[in-house]
Amino acid sequence: NPPPNRHTSDKNCEISSISHVTMSPSRQNNFVSSYLFPLAKSSYSVISAFCTEDNVLQCISYINQELASLGLCSTYIEATSPEGTGLNAVPALNAIYELLQIHRRTMSTVEALEKEQLKKSSTMELMQTSNTRLKDQLELSIREKSGLHEMERQLQLKIKTLQSCLKTEKDEVQKLQSIIASRASQYSHDAKRKEREAAKLKERLSQLLVDRKDKKLAIDVLNCLGRSDGKRGHWKTAKATASHEGEMYKSLLSDYEASQKSLMLENAELKKVLQQMKKEMIHILSPCSSSGRGATADDSQEQHHDSDGEEKMGDTSRETLDQSCEHAREQLTNSIRQQWRKLRNHVEKLDSQVSQVQNQLESNKEMIPLETHEDEMERMRCEVQQCKEFIHAQQQLLQQQLNTSFDDETAALLNDCYTLEEKERLKEEWKLFEEQKRNFERERKNFTEAAIRLGREKKAFEEDRASWLKNQFLNMTPFTDRRRCSSSDGHSALSVSNEPEIRMSSVKAQLAKSSTYTTFSTPRSSQSGAVPSTPELYRTLRLIPESRGRCSDLSIFSMGEDENSLS
Amino acid sequence: MNFSEVFKQSNQLCKVSPDGKYLATCVQYRLVVRDVSTLQIMHLYTCLDQISHMEWSSDSLFILCAMYKRGLVQVWSLEQPDWHCKIDEGSIGLVSSRWSPDGRHILNTTEFHLRITVWSLCTKAVSYIKYPKACQKGIDFSRDGSYMALAERRDCKDFVSIFVCDDWHLLRHFETETQDLAGLEWSPNGCVLAVWDSCLEYKVLLYSLDGRLLSTYSAYEWSLGVKSVSWSPSSQFLAIGSYDEKVRIINHITWKKIAQFEHPATVESTKAVSQVTNFVSLINSLLLPHLDEICSLPVQIPVVKPDPDRANPKIGVSVLAFSSDNHYLATKNDNMASAVWVWNMQKMSLEAVLEQTSAVRCFQWDPRHPRLALCTGNTKLYLWSPGGCVAVQVPTEGGFQVHSLNWHCSDNSLILLGKEQLCLCYMETDEEDK
Repeated sequence: NPPPNRHTSDKNCEISSISHVTMSPSRQNNFVSSYLFPLAKSSYSVISAFCTEDNVLQCISYINQELASLGLCSTYIEATSPEGTGLNAVPALNAIYELLQIHRRTMSTVEALEKEQLKKSSTMELMQTSNTRLKDQLELSIREKSGLHEMERQLQLKIKTLQSCLKTEKDEVQKLQSIIASRASQYSHDAKRKEREAAKLKERLSQLLVDRKDKKLAIDVLNCLGRSDGKRGHWKTAKATASHEGEMYKSLLSDYEASQKSLMLENAELKKVLQQMKKEMIHILSPCSSSGRGATADDSQEQHHDSDGEEKMGDTSRETLDQSCEHAREQLTNSIRQQWRKLRNHVEKLDSQVSQVQNQLESNKEMIPLETHEDEMERMRCEVQQCKEFIHAQQQLLQQQLNTSFDDETAALLNDCYTLEEKERLKEEWKLFEEQKRNFERERKNFTEAAIRLGREKKAFEEDRASWLKNQFLNMTPFTDRRRCSSSDGHSALSVSNEPEIRMSSVKAQLAKSSTYTTFSTPRSSQSGAVPSTPELYRTLRLIPESRGRCSDLSIFSMGEDENSLS
Repeated sequence: MNFSEVFKQSNQLCKVSPDGKYLATCVQYRLVVRDVSTLQIMHLYTCLDQISHMEWSSDSLFILCAMYKRGLVQVWSLEQPDWHCKIDEGSIGLVSSRWSPDGRHILNTTEFHLRITVWSLCTKAVSYIKYPKACQKGIDFSRDGSYMALAERRDCKDFVSIFVCDDWHLLRHFETETQDLAGLEWSPNGCVLAVWDSCLEYKVLLYSLDGRLLSTYSAYEWSLGVKSVSWSPSSQFLAIGSYDEKVRIINHITWKKIAQFEHPATVESTKAVSQVTNFVSLINSLLLPHLDEICSLPVQIPVVKPDPDRANPKIGVSVLAFSSDNHYLATKNDNMASAVWVWNMQKMSLEAVLEQTSAVRCFQWDPRHPRLALCTGNTKLYLWSPGGCVAVQVPTEGGFQVHSLNWHCSDNSLILLGKEQLCLCYMETDEEDK
């Protein structure tokens, strides 16, 4: 929607007011005036000037013309009556509506144009700023360029100065060298002078020494020696000197002959080697030229050379004859050079051919392997895809698993399910354990009670025994008090068995009394007065085998001891 | 490897007779002659003063003892211990004394090099040679002993005189194109005489036996020149070591340089170092094999820069030694004094660099095998052969510092000289197979 323009909004109000106005039929006569009333004050006078009650028809026709010119032929205003005071509302409204549409359209275009204009102005600004910026940059770069020019100029100057320095240094070096040379000559001259002086001194000295004669130089030998080679000494004669000369020349000549011989041998060897090389080179080159490889021009050349070579082959025989001949030697070296050149060219040709062939091979290689290469690639891609899918599936499963474990309840449930069996087993085992524990406690209690009983019985038995023995003893003597043994009167040692039973029963009764003592749980050494300690109980158990029968209902716990040990 | 006991010696005078049977040592003024195999004293002679120089005659029958301070030379005979000979130079002084190749003449150089006196033991005759030159090596006998070349200087010019040793007849006398002749040496075949100039000028001249100039060789000018010269045993090559730390090899056919050996401070060639790292320890209980440092490439050799202001700077190749079979050349560069370079003459390339812990004092090739013995002044003896190298500790109490060594001419043994001691080292014969 176009932004509400104050003008149009006013017009809207006006339209609404107009509609209000036209709706009310009572105000039909004052239609034009009321129509005029809500309009803007500025345009009030214009409208009033345009249409009055008299020229309504003309106004209508004019307006129709205007509408036609605007292209709204279908909406003509019609008058209600031929006098022209009224107005047909519908076409008029239509026309107004159309006009408003036109107006709106024009307004929108105006807006658009304004927008356009704004845009363009902003871009214009932008361009201007960039233009100024570029201008600045250009200036800067121009300045830089001039700076660099300056630097270059300075460096050039520097180079020139350095070059001149170098030149001066070189000149100096030369000068110094000449100085050295002059000084050297000076030095040698001085040295010579000094040497002459010294020689003079030496002469003088030797003269003096010779003249002195105070200490003669002498040799004192016991007897003369024979010569080392056994021969007699020779006189110095001209013949001798000549013979010496002769000997010297002989030795020199022999040495020269020896060296010449060795050089000749070497020469011969080398020549042989060269000829061999030449032959081989010819051999190598000849079959190649006959196979017809290479350009025809080369072929003809080679043919020509080959013929040359054949000529040379003929010459070799001559060469072998004139080995020392200079001409022959030159021939040989020239022919070798030729052959070598040929061989080199041939090798170069071969090289280029080989490289060509290699290129071809390489390009060929690319063709065939490419197809297989493509197949391989496809296969590998499929494989990769499969693997990816597989991995993906695995991942999903793993995710599921992981996800479920995050839910605590279900996880707990699951864990419960897995461990249920184990729990049951554990419970059972616990039960067993508890039972066993209880049993153990019970038996321990019984055991200790029984032990205590036994202890007491033993005590009582011992007392009885002691008293019985005492009675016996007393009975044996005339001074025994019959009174004391009244209970056991007439009893002899034979009837001992009865008495212990009686005693036992009494003891039993005593023990039965003592069974009421249940206050001991753990036998302690501190209660040894009232309750015997566990080791004592053990001891008593061991000592009284009969008591074993009493504690036969005891499940004897091996508190570190075997059952066997008790027997 | 066996070591003998240690004997006393003075002045590093200890020489084996040319026939290899006897060993002569000087202890102060005594001359002790021992049998080489048993080391028992055969003869004992007493001289009049401390012996400065001792030399065997070529036939191993006589020994010369020179006492420079007194100007005396005494000659002793092995066959006849009673025989004596005393040469007194008088007030003219004595600077050097040597045998002639025939073993019957003694050449004494007087003080100030005024003249050389030739004494004959056969005839008691005396001859004089005037104007001998006082230089590094002014006199040389050819290998077969028939000729003697002598450098002379007259009127500020150098001359060479060639004498026939038989009767001291002057064969040739010619001027040399040198500024200041420093030395001369016969080629082993006796046909060519190499003459070189002092270090101020690089110039090596080659003269034929009859005095003709065969060739001149000069590698460069102005800088210090030739420091040492050596012929190969076959006379094929002449090695020239110079102050620029290089050795140039001249061939006998064209007398032109065929190879140049440099001694850089950094050795890059793998082949060279592979020899250094290849150790073979000898199977002998007496040995205490000591592995020297194995270097990895590139090897950096310690360099000692010499004092630029002093004369005769310690720089350049000062020692050249060819092996007896002509295959190897051992060199020592003075500013890398702890390294000995061994070059392969067949391939004309570096064979090995033997780097020691201190400056090498002495090295010598075995006269029969391609084996190099060297010492650095410590108690060890170092041996190098193409198969490998080994260091042997000299097993003596009190530490025997090896200052110099000499190979026995034929017996496969070494004479090691300390400061005042000497010791013999016998190699085992199975080493010949290695």
